[in-house]
Amino acid sequence: MSENGHPTKKSGSTLMPRARIGALVMTLYLVFLLVPIYWLIIMSFKSNSEILSTFTLFPDNLTLKNYSTILTDPSWYMGYVNSFIYVSLNTVISLLVALPAAYAFSRYRFFGDNHLFFWLLTNRMAPPAVFALPFFQLYSSVSLFDTHIAVALAHCLFNVPLAVWILEGFMRGVPREIDETAFIDGYGFTRFFTKIFIPMIAPGIGVTAFFCFMFSWVELLLSRTLTSVDAKPITAIMTRTVSASGLDWGVLAAAGVLTIIPGAIVIYFVRNHIAKGFALGRV
Amino acid sequence: MEKTVNQRAWLLVLPVLVLVAFSSIIPMMTVVNYSFQDSFGENIFFWVGLEWYQELLRSERLWDALGRQLLFSFIILMIEIPLGILVALSMPKKGLSASVCLVLMSLPLLIPYNVVGTIWQVFGRADIGLLGRTLSDLGISYNYSQNAFDAWVTVIIMDVWHWTSLVALLAYAGLSSIPKAYYQAAMIDQASRWNVFRYIELPKMRGVLMIAILLRFMDSFMIYTEPFVLTGGGPGNATTFLSIDLVKMALGQFDLGPAAAFSLMYFLVILLISYVFYTVMITIDKDEAKQ
Repeated sequence: MSENGHPTKKSGSTLMPRARIGALVMTLYLVFLLVPIYWLIIMSFKSNSEILSTFTLFPDNLTLKNYSTILTDPSWYMGYVNSFIYVSLNTVISLLVALPAAYAFSRYRFFGDNHLFFWLLTNRMAPPAVFALPFFQLYSSVSLFDTHIAVALAHCLFNVPLAVWILEGFMRGVPREIDETAFIDGYGFTRFFTKIFIPMIAPGIGVTAFFCFMFSWVELLLSRTLTSVDAKPITAIMTRTVSASGLDWGVLAAAGVLTIIPGAIVIYFVRNHIAKGFALGRV
Repeated sequence: MEKTVNQRAWLLVLPVLVLVAFSSIIPMMTVVNYSFQDSFGENIFFWVGLEWYQELLRSERLWDALGRQLLFSFIILMIEIPLGILVALSMPKKGLSASVCLVLMSLPLLIPYNVVGTIWQVFGRADIGLLGRTLSDLGISYNYSQNAFDAWVTVIIMDVWHWTSLVALLAYAGLSSIPKAYYQAAMIDQASRWNVFRYIELPKMRGVLMIAILLRFMDSFMIYTEPFVLTGGGPGNATTFLSIDLVKMALGQFDLGPAAAFSLMYFLVILLISYVFYTVMITIDKDEAKQ
């Protein structure tokens, strides 16, 4: 202990200034990140007249009226429900198709595998703006326009390649001897995959689900183009309010704050795995 | 670990192929189709060949938007990559403070794009925003909806605010994979802080940094929602990037032919640059495997 303690103590004293600089950089960065969010949050607790007339760092009259407006008006809160439905659908679909594909990429060589992988990735690179119009026409022609499944399928365009990418990285980390042993023990492929393999890469699936959730939740262009009333997401409802009416800044801010909360909750649960997700990816 | 050749693996990839074909190839074919035709009102199309492409290549509008786009992507990469590395190096290594930092840092990543735009739209306004108000109280004239330079600065700061954390998270993941022994060896050699960074940390972060650069390049190249909400592409055309211009053309003016030709060229540019990145990364990966 003393032998180990000595050098660390010594290095601690030389590293102190560096640690302080680190803390300073970190603090400044976090302040930079949080101040705009703070401004949004306190605005959501102000009445519109207070926002426009006075300039305060903290609301004079704390009001929950903005939140009650949103939570009691179906045209507002249904936006959250719609967003949740298609985001969940998308996450489930992406994972279901990406799991076997990622397994194939991580375990086997087959005709055209590398080209196929790059082609999949190109879909992650496709600008949504390119696809907005053709998607609109495609889903209208099969009468899926303004349904949740249409948005969920459209978001598969970038989420499926991403899911394959991340999952493949996690699967490569599982030694192949496990597969072989299971097959020798008489497991069929399906049973091996669901009973043994999937539990082993559960953290990877969690990380993938998180990224699918995130990219589907934050996307606006496609979800706005593909919906009009029944499946309209909260983000689209917000932009409509910005452009159209006399701008109730308080309600807008409250709606914004409510869109941050689900993400913050999800991020808390996967905080130890987030960085890993991309770091393990292929490339 | 050698992979075995197994053509039946195609069966496992099939669901992905079908799904992606449905959501990518079929729409893409529509785009290709439109790009060679002109339309008059209700579904009457006739063949125009390469006319849209020639017209676009001659139009200043496209080249201006492309120039702005490249400049924007270049600037944000130059800021976000070094800043992300710096933040990652400053992260606490473990314990509660590390968790708190991770959660707070990830927060901007989870905010819907249009809310990011809204946050900065509000934050920068001289009448109700903290930033705009503070600047105008300091006597600095700042108005992102009137002044092109201010609009650019705001859009760039907004993007740095939004995405630097992604770079930092990736770099942090790369850093935490470095064994302690490396640092101890460096300490014995009395390596300077700069040399530790240059010869230990940077090479170890190379892989994740490539991913970070690729992701940030692709995403900044197709940025749409944030500047659209913030400035609507203005003032004038100052912040009209490629996607904003394309959506204006396709859904605003409904010029299907030119918009389709635009889409294809846009996609090809991204594809080309990304392919170069991808090839470089694969090569580096192979080199590392050899060592």
